[in-house]
Amino acid sequence: MIPDFGLGILAMAFIVSLFAVGAAIYGETAHKPRWVESARRAMLLTFPLVTLAALLLIYLLVSGRYDVEYVYSVTNNAMPSYLKVTALWGGQPGSLLFWAWLLAAFASAVTLRKWERDREFLPWVVVVASVTLAFFLALIIFFENPFARLWQTVDGVAAYTFQPANSLLVTPADGNGLNPLLRHPGMIIHPPMLYLGFVSFVIPFAFAFAALITGRSDDRWIRITRRWTLWAWLFLSLGLALGARWAYDVLGWGGYWGWDPVEIAALMPWLTGTAFLHSVIIQEKRGLLKQWNMMLIILTYDLVIFGTFLTRSGVLSSVHAFAQSAIGPMFFAFIGLTLVSSVALLIWRWPSLKAEVEMKSMLSREALFLLNNLLFIGILVVCFWGVIFPLISELATGQKVTFGPPFYERATAPLFGALMALMAIAPLSAWGHSTVRTLGRAIWKPAVIALAAPLATLAFGITNPVALTGFYLVGLVVTVTIYEFWRGARARQSAHQEGFLTALWTLAGRNRRRYGGYIIHIAMALMAIGILGIEVFQTETQKSLGVGESIELAGYTVHYDSLAQFAHTDGRWVTRAEVSIFKDGVFLQTLAPRYDVYPDGQPMTIAGVRSTLADDLYVLLVNWESVSASQAPFKVYHNPLVNWLWIGSAIFILGTIIAAWPEKERTATAGK
Amino acid sequence: MKSRNIFLTASGLLLLAALLSPPSGVQAQQPTPSDDEVNAIARQLYCPVCENTPLDVCPTQACKQWRDEIRLRLAEGWTEEEILQYFVDEYGARVLAEPPRSGLNWLAYIVPPLAFLAGAYLLFRAFRSWRALARQQAAEAAPPPATNGKDEYVARLEEELRKRG
Amino acid sequence: MTENNQSIQTPRRSVPFWAQAVIWVGLLALLGILAVSLLRAQQGTIQVGQVVDDFTLSLFEGYTYNERDEVTLSELRGKVVVVNFWASWCKPCEQEAAELEEAWRYYESSGEVVFLGVDYVDTEPEARSYLAKFDITFPSGPDRGTRISQQFRIEGVPETYFIDRDGVLRQIQTGPFPSVEAIRAIIDPLLAEE
Repeated sequence: MIPDFGLGILAMAFIVSLFAVGAAIYGETAHKPRWVESARRAMLLTFPLVTLAALLLIYLLVSGRYDVEYVYSVTNNAMPSYLKVTALWGGQPGSLLFWAWLLAAFASAVTLRKWERDREFLPWVVVVASVTLAFFLALIIFFENPFARLWQTVDGVAAYTFQPANSLLVTPADGNGLNPLLRHPGMIIHPPMLYLGFVSFVIPFAFAFAALITGRSDDRWIRITRRWTLWAWLFLSLGLALGARWAYDVLGWGGYWGWDPVEIAALMPWLTGTAFLHSVIIQEKRGLLKQWNMMLIILTYDLVIFGTFLTRSGVLSSVHAFAQSAIGPMFFAFIGLTLVSSVALLIWRWPSLKAEVEMKSMLSREALFLLNNLLFIGILVVCFWGVIFPLISELATGQKVTFGPPFYERATAPLFGALMALMAIAPLSAWGHSTVRTLGRAIWKPAVIALAAPLATLAFGITNPVALTGFYLVGLVVTVTIYEFWRGARARQSAHQEGFLTALWTLAGRNRRRYGGYIIHIAMALMAIGILGIEVFQTETQKSLGVGESIELAGYTVHYDSLAQFAHTDGRWVTRAEVSIFKDGVFLQTLAPRYDVYPDGQPMTIAGVRSTLADDLYVLLVNWESVSASQAPFKVYHNPLVNWLWIGSAIFILGTIIAAWPEKERTATAGK
Repeated sequence: MKSRNIFLTASGLLLLAALLSPPSGVQAQQPTPSDDEVNAIARQLYCPVCENTPLDVCPTQACKQWRDEIRLRLAEGWTEEEILQYFVDEYGARVLAEPPRSGLNWLAYIVPPLAFLAGAYLLFRAFRSWRALARQQAAEAAPPPATNGKDEYVARLEEELRKRG
Repeated sequence: MTENNQSIQTPRRSVPFWAQAVIWVGLLALLGILAVSLLRAQQGTIQVGQVVDDFTLSLFEGYTYNERDEVTLSELRGKVVVVNFWASWCKPCEQEAAELEEAWRYYESSGEVVFLGVDYVDTEPEARSYLAKFDITFPSGPDRGTRISQQFRIEGVPETYFIDRDGVLRQIQTGPFPSVEAIRAIIDPLLAEE
C-alpha cells in the first residue's frame, strides 16, 4: 500500500511540475500574470509532495520492508536505524529521489523570495527549475522506481512497479545491506553535500536563462545570481573536501584524490564556478564581461549535468560510478536539450550583452582577474580532455586508454602554481591602472619576507625545486593577504580613530565578500602546504612482519605487537593488529590498523594513523596477503604536512561562509 | 606571458629530467625482490580488470597474481621498462597510467597546451585593443589631479564601505 | 556603480557566422561522441545470429593445433567452434573446467568440433597450474592485449560462445555449465546441421 502511495505522490509531483512549466510559458507569452502566479504556486507545491515521497521511502527503509526491491538492496537487519536512513542515497533510485527532493527544496526557496523587482524573471526561472524537476521525476518514475517491489513469476523473482499477471509478492527475510564503504561518517555526509552543490547551481542557471530570454542582464541580475552561486559553490567545495577526507580515511591507499573521472566530473563545475565568482567582481565594479560571465554560469551548470550524466549513465566505468542503467538515453536527451538551448540562447542574445570596454593596463586588477579565468579554464580543458579522450580513443581505434595522476598532475601543477602567484599579486594591483613600478613597489616587501619560507625549507635540507617554489608562493600569498588585512585596518583606524582590533572587525564585517575571500586565499595557501608535503615528499614501504619485528620509515619505527581476530556484533569478521610507534627510540603511541570483512564478502581497510602538524604516519594492515601472527604484511605511508590540507579546508569553508553571509543591502545607491 | 613561461619552463625541465634519468641495465639473478621494489613498478600500472585502481593497492586475487608476476620477473632480472612493456603487450595499453605516446594519442598531450596558448593569445589580443581604445580616451580627457597614494587608498576604502553600509 | 564617463560603446555585432558554425559543429561532435559511447556501453556482448569476426589465438606452450602454436577462427570454418573465456583467478570457472574437458574428449576424435580456451587477463604461472590441475587438453592460450575478449565484448568470466559451421554465433552461456549434458545439448544440434 505504502509503496504504491509513494509512487502515486511522485506521479502527482510530476504532473504538477509539468503544469508549472506550461502555465508559466502560457502566462508569460499571453500576458496573463494570473497564470504565472499559478505556476509559481505549483512549483511551491512540488516540495511537500516530493518530501512526502522521500519520507515514505525512509519509512520503508527503516522498517525493513524487504519486499520493496530498493530496501532489499541497500539495507539489512544488522544495520542501525540511522544508517538505514542514510541508505536513502545508497543506490541509484534512492539517490535520484534525494536529488529530486533537493531540487524541489531549492525551487521552493527561490519561489518564496520577494519577486516584485524581478517580475519578468519569474516565469523563466519557474520554467527552468520545473523542467529539471520534471526530468528527474520522470527518470525516477519510469526507469528507476525506488518503490518497485519483488514479485515471483514463472521467469523467477524480479522487481516490478505493478503486479504482473500470475505472480506472488516476495518478502525476503533479510536484505543485502549497504556497501561497507558507505557506512563511514564522512561518506554519510559527502554525497548529500555534493548533491547539494550540484543541485543548487540550477538556480543561478535559471536566472541566467531568464536574463537571456528577457534580454535583461544588468547589475540586479548579477547580484541575485552571485549570491546563489556563492552558496552553491560553498556546498560543492564542502562536498569535494569531504570526499577527499573520506578517501584518505577509508580507501586505504594513503591518498586523497585519485583523478578518477567521477572525481573530475565534480571538480569541473567547481573550476568554472570559481572563475565566475572572480570575474563577476569585474562586472560589478566595471560593467565589463557580461558575455563572459553569462557563459561561465551556463557552462558551470552544463558541466554539472554533464558530470551527472557521465556518472550515472554507465558511459564511464569507475569505482564511483553507479551500475549501468536504463536512464542513459533519457539523460542524454536532457543533456542535449540543456546544451543546445544554452548555446542557442547565448548566440541569440550575444549583441545585447556587450558592454563598455575600458582596460588601461595589463597589470590592472581586471586584467589579472581575466588571467585568473584563463588559468581556471586551462585546468578545465585538461580535465575535460582527460575525461573525453578515452571515449574518443575507444571509438576511433578500439583501444582503451587510462588517464591517471601523472597526466593530470603534470598538466595542472604549473597552472595551479600560476594561480597561487596571482593570489599574491592581484590584491596589490589597483582597479583601472597598475604599472610594473606601482606593483613592484607594493610587492617587494612581501616578496622579501616570504623568502623566509624557502629558506626555512632549505634549512631542513630540502632542495626539491618544486617544493621550494611552492613554499615560496605559499609564503607570498599569506604575507600579502595578511598585509591587506593590516593595511585596511590601519587605514580605517586612522580615519575613524578606532582601536586596531575594532577597525579590523568592522572592516571585515562590513566588506565580508572581500575579506572572506582573503580568508579563503589564506586557506588555499594552507591547503597548498599540505598538498606539497604529501605529493612531493610522501614515502612508503611494505613488508611482512612476524610478531616482534619492525619496519623503519622516515625515522619512525613501527613495531608489530600483536594480532587479534574476532567477530563483531554486526557480523563483520575483524582482523586487528596492534603496532607501537617509536621515533629515535622514544615510544610515541600504539596504533590499531585493521580490516573488516562483511558478511557479503566486502572488505574494508581502516588504517591506524598518527597525526601531527608536521606529518601523518599511516599504517595499513594489508588485506590481500594472508595474515597471521607470524606473517602480517604492513604498508606504512609517511605523509609530511598533510594535516594542513584539512586545516586549510576547514578555514576555507569558514571563509566562504563569511563571504556568503548576507549583508544589509543599501538600495539607495545609484546605478541600479 | 608569465604563466606561459612558467608552463614552458616546467615542461622543459620535466622533459630534460626524463631524458637524463639513467637507464637501469639488466642485472644478474637477485634475491627475492622486496615488496617495495614490486610496488615501485606496480604503482605505475593500473589493474587490468578493476576500474581506475592502481595495481599496488588493488586487493583482488587477480591483482595479487599480477604483483607476484612482477616479483618473478624482477627476480629473473627484467628491467622496469621490460616489465611495463610486457604488461602492455599482455593486457593492453589501458594498464598504463597515461596513454602511450603513439598515433592518435599524441592528441591527448597536445590539445590542452594548444588550447591554453590559444586562449592566452586571444586574451592578449583583447587586452591590446582595449588598452589602445582606453589610451585614446585618456588622451582626450583631462589629466587626473595628483593625489597622495595613501589618502587615495583610504578614500577608496571608505567609499566602498559607504556603499556597502 | 559603473564608471561610465570614460568609456566608449563598441558596435553591437552578433556572433559572426564562422564562429557559430564552429560552435555548433563542436557541440554536435561532443553530443555524437557521448551518444555513440552510450550505445556502446549499453550494447552488451555480441549477439546471437551475427557472423563472428576472425581472430587469432596464440596458444600456451605445449598446446598445438594442426602442428601450429596458434589458431585462427577462419581456418575452423566448417566445424562447430566452442570459445570458452576463463581465468585462473575466477572461482566459478573451476566449476565447469572438468565438464569442458570431458566434453572436449568426447568430440575430439570426430574432428568436427573444436574447443578453444581463451585465458582472460591472467598470469602465465597461475594459468598453467590451472590447466594442469584440470588436465585441460583443448587448445588454450592467453588473450593478448585483451583483443579477443573486447571483440566478443564479454561482461565477465566464465562465458562460452558457440559458433556454428558457417561462422555464425548461435548460443551464449554466461556462467559455468552445470553438467556435461548441458554442453552436449547445445553442440549436438549444431553438429547435425550441414
